Amino acid sequence: MGFTRSLGFRAGLLSALILLVLLAVWHVATLSAAPVAAAAPALTPEQIEYARLMGKDPTAGAAAPAAKSGFPTLAQMGTVVVKNLASPFYDNGPNDKGVGLQLGYSLGRVGLGYLLAALVAIPLGFVIGMSPLVYRALDPFIQVLKPISPLAWMPLALYTIKDSSISGIFVIFICSVWPMLINTAFGVASVRREWLNVAKTLEVSALRRAFEVILPAAAPTILTGMRISMGIAWLVIVAAEMLVGGTGIGYFVWNEWNNLSLPNVIFAILVIGVVGMLLDLMFARLQKAVTYVD
Amino acid sequence: MSTEHFLKVEGLTKRYGDSVVFDSVNFGIRQGEFVCIIGHSGCGKTTILNVLAGLESASDGHVFMDNREIAGPSLDRGVVFQGHALMPWLTVRRNIAFAVRSKWPLWTRAQVDEHVQKYVALVGLDGAIDKKPSQLSGGMKQRVGIARAFAIQPRMLLLDEPFGALDALTRGTIQDELLRICGQTHQTVFMITHDVDEAILLADRILLMSNGPQARVAEIVKNTMPRDRQRATLHHDPQYYRIRNHLVDFLVARSKELSHGRAPARPEEVSPGLDPEPQPDTQPQPQPHNGTTLRRIA
Repeated sequence: MGFTRSLGFRAGLLSALILLVLLAVWHVATLSAAPVAAAAPALTPEQIEYARLMGKDPTAGAAAPAAKSGFPTLAQMGTVVVKNLASPFYDNGPNDKGVGLQLGYSLGRVGLGYLLAALVAIPLGFVIGMSPLVYRALDPFIQVLKPISPLAWMPLALYTIKDSSISGIFVIFICSVWPMLINTAFGVASVRREWLNVAKTLEVSALRRAFEVILPAAAPTILTGMRISMGIAWLVIVAAEMLVGGTGIGYFVWNEWNNLSLPNVIFAILVIGVVGMLLDLMFARLQKAVTYVD
Repeated sequence: MSTEHFLKVEGLTKRYGDSVVFDSVNFGIRQGEFVCIIGHSGCGKTTILNVLAGLESASDGHVFMDNREIAGPSLDRGVVFQGHALMPWLTVRRNIAFAVRSKWPLWTRAQVDEHVQKYVALVGLDGAIDKKPSQLSGGMKQRVGIARAFAIQPRMLLLDEPFGALDALTRGTIQDELLRICGQTHQTVFMITHDVDEAILLADRILLMSNGPQARVAEIVKNTMPRDRQRATLHHDPQYYRIRNHLVDFLVARSKELSHGRAPARPEEVSPGLDPEPQPDTQPQPQPHNGTTLRRIA
C-alpha cells in the first residue's frame, strides 16, 4: 500500500514536472518571438514604401498587432482562459457564443447521434450474434461500410436531410454504430454455451434469457464497443462542426481561427481534450461496473 | 422402490456422419434410484446425459420419463454441469434464485429467498451466500451447482462428472453430502463418473459402458452393499473389493473387447461375488487373483 501510494505520488510529481517544463518551453519560445516582431522596423525603405502603398504602416505600432495575432504568451493565454471560464454561456449572436454554450451544442449532437446508434446497434448486434445466418448475410455490408470516413457521408446527408444540424447528428450516428454493432455481435456470439444450457434446462423464456443471461454475459464486450464508439464520436464531432458550421465546439475552433485568435483556439483544444477524457472516464466506470471475474 | 422403470432408454444411438459413437443403448432407472455410468472417454456418456437433459437429440432411439418421451429440456430434470456453470456476475444467492424463479415464476421475493436459503444451508454454504463464484473454491462452486439443481426439486437429477475437477479430500466431503441429501429427498439420480470408488459409494446400480465406436451399456452391476454405506467404513465390507475388482477388470480389459458393437444390446445385471457362475464368454481369462477366492468365501 505504502509503495503504490508513493508510486502514485512520484508519478504525480513527474507529471507536474513535465507540465512545468512544457510551460517553460512555451514561455521561452513566445519570449523570443516578441523580438522578431519588434524587428519589423529593420526593413529597407523600399519595403516600407511598398507596405504603405498596401495600406499598412509597418513603423507605427507594429509590435502590438503582431503579438495579438501571433502565438500567445503564457500571460495572454492565462487571461483568455480566465475570461472564457468566467462567462462560458454568453450569447452575442451567431459568431460570438461562450465556449460552454458551444460545448453544450456539441455534446447534445454527440449524445443524440450516439443514442440513436446504440438503439440500432445493440439490438441488431444481438440478432447478428445469435444467428450465424444473419451474421454471414450482413458481414459484407458491415465490412464495406465500416472503413468509410464518417465525413464522407456528409454531402449525401446534407443533400438528403437538408439540415446541417441533423446531418451532423447523422454523421455521429454513422461513426458510432460500427464498433457497438461489431462488439455486441461478438459478445453475444461468445456467451458460454454452459450458461445457455443452464437457461435451457431451466426452461427460461427467450426474453429472460436475453436480459438475464446473454446481456450480462456480453455486457463487458458491449461496453468496450460503446467506449470505442464514444471516443470516435468525440473525434468526429469537431471535424463535422468545422465543416457544417453554425454552432458547436468545432465551429468555435474554426471561427476563432478565422478571427486569428490563437489563444481561443488553444483554449478550445484543451477543452476538447478534457471533455473527451471525462467521457472516456465515464465509460471506464460503466465498464468496471459490468465486468465480472470468471 | 418400485420395479417399474421411471426412466427408460430404448435403442439410443448417436451418429456423426458415418461414425457411430454409441448404438442400441438400453437401460432403465427406477424411482428413487441412484445410477452411475462408467466408461472410457469418448464412449458418449456425456452425450447420453445431454439427451436425457434434452440438450442434445439422439440419431435414433427414445427416452421416456414416467412414460412420456423426452423431447427437450425440462424443469423436471435438474442438471449439475461438469464445470459448475454458475453465472459469474451473480452472487450465490442470485444464482440459485435464478433457478428458483424459473420453476416458480409467481413466487414473491420473500418466498424465493427463503427457498434459496434453505438449499444453500443444505450444502452448508450459509456463510458464502452473498459471495460471487470467483470468491469461492472449486468445491464450494460445485456445491452451489448442486444446490441449484436440487432447489428446483426436479423429479430426476443428472450429474455430469460433477467432482472431476476437485481434489480428493473435497471430493469425499461433497460425496458424503450428496449421499446425505439424496437419502433425505429420495432423489432419482443419473451420474457420470470416472471414479470407481465414487460409483461404489454412491450408486445403487452401475452401468458399464464399452468403448467406442459403437459403444453400448454392456453390463449393469448391482451394488449389493447396504444403502446406508459410509465412505469411512466402505472398504471393510468384503463385497466392496468384489465389486471394485469387477469394475476395474471391466474398465481395464473387457470394455475394449466389447467395442464396435460386440457388447450385448440388452445388458445383463450382475452382482459380483454373489452370482453363482461367472460368464465364461465375456471373461477374458480365469481370474488369477483374489477375485475367485473371495467369491468362494461368499
